[in-house]
Amino acid sequence: MSFVDNVARSFLLTEIVKGFGLTLKYMFKPKVTLNYPFEKGPISPRFRGEHALRRYPNGEERCIACKLCEAICPAQAITIEAEPRDDGSRRTTRYDIDMTKCIYCGLCQEACPVDAIVEGPNFEFATETREELYYNKEKLLANGDRWEAQLAANIEADAPYR
Amino acid sequence: MTTENTDLASQTKIKPYTINFGPQHPAAHGVLRLILEMDGEVVERADPHIGLLHRGTEKLIEYKTYVQAVPYFDRLDYVAPMNQEHAFALGVEKLLGVTAPPRAQYIRVLFAELGRVLNHILNLTTYALDVGALTPSLWGFEEREIGMEFYERVCGARLHANYFRPGGVHQDMPAGLAEDMHAYASSVLDFINDMEGLLTENRIFKQRTVDIGIVSRKEALDWGFSGPMLRASGVPWDLRKSQPYDAYEDMDFDIPTGTTGDCYARYLVRVEEMRQSCKIMKQAIEKMPSGPVMVDDHKITPPSRADMKNSMEALIHHFKLYTEGYHVPKGETYTAVEAPKGEFGVYIVADGTNKPYRCHIRAPGFAHLQGMDFMSRGHMLADAVSIIGSLDIVFGEIDR
Repeated sequence: MSFVDNVARSFLLTEIVKGFGLTLKYMFKPKVTLNYPFEKGPISPRFRGEHALRRYPNGEERCIACKLCEAICPAQAITIEAEPRDDGSRRTTRYDIDMTKCIYCGLCQEACPVDAIVEGPNFEFATETREELYYNKEKLLANGDRWEAQLAANIEADAPYR
Repeated sequence: MTTENTDLASQTKIKPYTINFGPQHPAAHGVLRLILEMDGEVVERADPHIGLLHRGTEKLIEYKTYVQAVPYFDRLDYVAPMNQEHAFALGVEKLLGVTAPPRAQYIRVLFAELGRVLNHILNLTTYALDVGALTPSLWGFEEREIGMEFYERVCGARLHANYFRPGGVHQDMPAGLAEDMHAYASSVLDFINDMEGLLTENRIFKQRTVDIGIVSRKEALDWGFSGPMLRASGVPWDLRKSQPYDAYEDMDFDIPTGTTGDCYARYLVRVEEMRQSCKIMKQAIEKMPSGPVMVDDHKITPPSRADMKNSMEALIHHFKLYTEGYHVPKGETYTAVEAPKGEFGVYIVADGTNKPYRCHIRAPGFAHLQGMDFMSRGHMLADAVSIIGSLDIVFGEIDR
């Protein structure tokens, strides 16, 4: 009986029939592709993307140059120099992140005691040259200003778990 | 036919034709350079040359604190990153003499099994691609993408997780994730059934895999195979059963084994393993206790952010942990987990400082690739491709 079964299977091309049947079934399923630059996949509040340096609501930068992020960074991508400012408060004079070294592990934002350095929701920061990926303090603060609304919302959403 | 001609043929020794397979060959699953000595189209000797993706991970880890070393494990087997972290986290916990809280153990089991499903989806579908079937990989990547979204929701990255830490897991699962993962554990079974419908009884797939690259039980044990490679040869060996770590003791699952030890048996074992993984995922979610996800000892785990901002002592702990890290008492350990590809082990030697003195990584793919020569000998060139596919090798972990 199994012989007849096998012969029938091999002559009736059951695999092809089954395969096309499945393809037909999938044809009527909803499409899953995204029209990328216009549609994007969902990302969670924890998403670790492009870095940003945040400010307090009054415009004062948060970073106090404690250098915890520099110390924890496994890739040693962060370079910080600091000096007391004219008003006596300690602030960074230099805050560089080499985005080509960064591995996006999120340890810097974990370490930051004032939520200054964060990894934001932006993942579209490809550049044409390498130099553009050496971020300095200006660039990071600009990122912070640009994404602040979403950064604050994300930190708020994730606060119960941190 | 003249006599001179036949004499010439019998006297001439044709050297085996040597070809380079890779390192940029799409079927080499990474940067594998395989030197094949061919007799016509029959492989006489296969010599894998590795090291093209060597990054010095083991040496780098010697210069990183224990916290900083965790992300290096994501990049070994980048198809199932959290399973690698699992071995390191367990090893450091053993040296520290701490145990992760129950909830953390269940979360780890859950994500380790998700990693197994993701790994096998990638492996089986690209394996089918290697032997000529395109459709499974197109559909499989959709399922894999959904699984990666769970990774992203729990840790913030699709691949570079940095989630399993010594002492537990980094953060608790966000609300709603457990329900979605439970639903996924059921829905991915439909995909597995569809994929099986396309491949398992497919005559082309069977012609390319049945009786190809047979590994006997003895050979598998002699060459140090583990994981599906060993189980397909009929050895029911699984670290999750033989030395249960974390919450695997409480899980009810079976270990599928093959009988023939050929490429087809390895395929079948992996398919069944995915089903078992889904079963474990469901159980882990259903049985998951509530509670902390990190050891409550702030000498080794950072305090919560609320504590850190309100308590001086917590702030000191925070600064200490993120600069110096914690010191691990002198000792050494070999800790292994059942990674999707086999036994993934970490051998850590701690010298009492905040950095490991030595961290050796035992990658299952390395042992499997050694078997390439005897498995492909006497087979056709095209069979070498299906053997590589069934080995499930990833160069991140082989070259380290």
